[in-house]
Amino acid sequence: MSLRLSVASLGLIAGLAASPAIAAGDCAAGKTLEDGKLTIATGNPAYFPWVIDDAPEKGEGYEAAVAYAIAAEMGFAADDVVWVRAGFDESIQPGAKSFDFNLQQFSITPDREKVVDFSLPYYTSAMAVVTTQAVIDGGAAATLEGLKTLKWGADANTTAVPMLMDLVAPDSDPLLYNDNTDVTAAIQAGQIDAALFDLPTALYLAAVVVENGAILGQFPADRTDNPDQFGLLMEDGAAIKTCVDEAITALTASGKLAEIEATWLSETTGVPVIE
Amino acid sequence: MAGNQGGVTRRQEYEKRLRRRSLFVAASSTLAVLLAIVVLVPRAPGWERVQQSFFNAEVIAKTFPKLLNAFLLDVAIFAWSAPLIAVLGLAIALARDVRNPVLYPLRLFGIVYTDIFRGVPVVLVVYLIGFGIPGLGLPRPWNSPYIWGTLALVLTYAAYVAEIFRSGIESVHASQRNAALSLGLSGADAMRFVVLPQAIRRVIPAQMNMLIALQKDVALLSFIGPVEIFRQAGVFKSLLANFTPYVVAAAIFLVVTVPATRLADHLIAKQNRART
Repeated sequence: MSLRLSVASLGLIAGLAASPAIAAGDCAAGKTLEDGKLTIATGNPAYFPWVIDDAPEKGEGYEAAVAYAIAAEMGFAADDVVWVRAGFDESIQPGAKSFDFNLQQFSITPDREKVVDFSLPYYTSAMAVVTTQAVIDGGAAATLEGLKTLKWGADANTTAVPMLMDLVAPDSDPLLYNDNTDVTAAIQAGQIDAALFDLPTALYLAAVVVENGAILGQFPADRTDNPDQFGLLMEDGAAIKTCVDEAITALTASGKLAEIEATWLSETTGVPVIE
Repeated sequence: MAGNQGGVTRRQEYEKRLRRRSLFVAASSTLAVLLAIVVLVPRAPGWERVQQSFFNAEVIAKTFPKLLNAFLLDVAIFAWSAPLIAVLGLAIALARDVRNPVLYPLRLFGIVYTDIFRGVPVVLVVYLIGFGIPGLGLPRPWNSPYIWGTLALVLTYAAYVAEIFRSGIESVHASQRNAALSLGLSGADAMRFVVLPQAIRRVIPAQMNMLIALQKDVALLSFIGPVEIFRQAGVFKSLLANFTPYVVAAAIFLVVTVPATRLADHLIAKQNRART
């Protein structure tokens, strides 16, 4: 509720400001890790389609492009952006951070907000079920009842785990893995029938990584409870947060975020919705 | 002392005084160190944040029941792995000890086996067997990560355990085997009734250490799916952005491993006393 309100008010501010780029540039002055530079962190490795070829400095892939758009909105030239790598654990450790903000599909949750700061969301993800054609041929259906009986897996380090429990509540305990690679290996080995991912990741895995992969269905992004919203992660109480939020608000208002999404994230409307 | 209940000699009195003094010194130095930690560490500027991240009471209360529950899986995996490891380890050790030239391939197998499985990281074996063999197309439930993950652990640990058994077998002097043979026992019987009983007893403390190591490595099975205590702690870490669940998991582990370690120490000390 309060989040909605602040989005609205920030939108108003951004709308009133005649030249948001210059205003934001002033905003971030002296607040970054290194003066005149913006240090951005991403995962090691960074995954497709969020960052193409694990090379964020090229600005290709949704998150890489969003990072550069935010930097530009805040008044930083592309040359002033410094990339570092920092996983989730490094990002939540107590003490100084090695980045101004970190983006790697971090879901905003109230529990995490107690430890770190999140920006306004830059993407709201649907969750999708990755499986194989063999499982679908075996009679798996995109209904809640049908999903319950499947053997489930998920990446242990993501909010997919509680969502799986909330949305599907499978009959048998899910198996959990370190990363996407291990989840897909387990699908391939037939140890799990299906796994829950954010939709863009799911589309990529089903199309490219999993042999005979398929998407069974999606839980739409605008479901009422528990929407999975990605935010930039910052140190708790980071001074730069207001500047980042202003930039994201401006990018949302101008339609730039939607444009980047259209460029880098595949068409998601064809995936059947699970009721 | 027992034989000298009437009075205490001057020497005994002196030793008693010395003992009491060193006890006092040890106690006060321990206390000083503890005090220094308790007083100084919280004064560090980042202590509050560290405490929030690693020793968060709220998180402990929230995660403890589920972590304890997940720990039961560790115990179960340990319980069914340990006997298999002992059996396979002993078999490999015996294979390395065969003296019949016809059976040399068996001996060679023992050597290659221990060389390979002691040299390869456990994680790799867990991945390779846990994902690789089921990937060949086994139907459920035969592709279960529990089965193949356990096999990976058993194969790796059996290599270490076999080497310990072998050192035990070799520590029994050859003259005993020769004596047994000269009494008319077959080679197998000499091994079974003369060599092994002594060998196994001698290496029990060393094998206890392997058991303690196994208790922790059981957690490696989580790489291929099973949600045991460290995986569950990782899930909580990710959801709560807090490392406290790992501390809770470690504490639960310590409750089991510390007594086991003390028992191993006790056995080793007992053995050393028996030898001298």
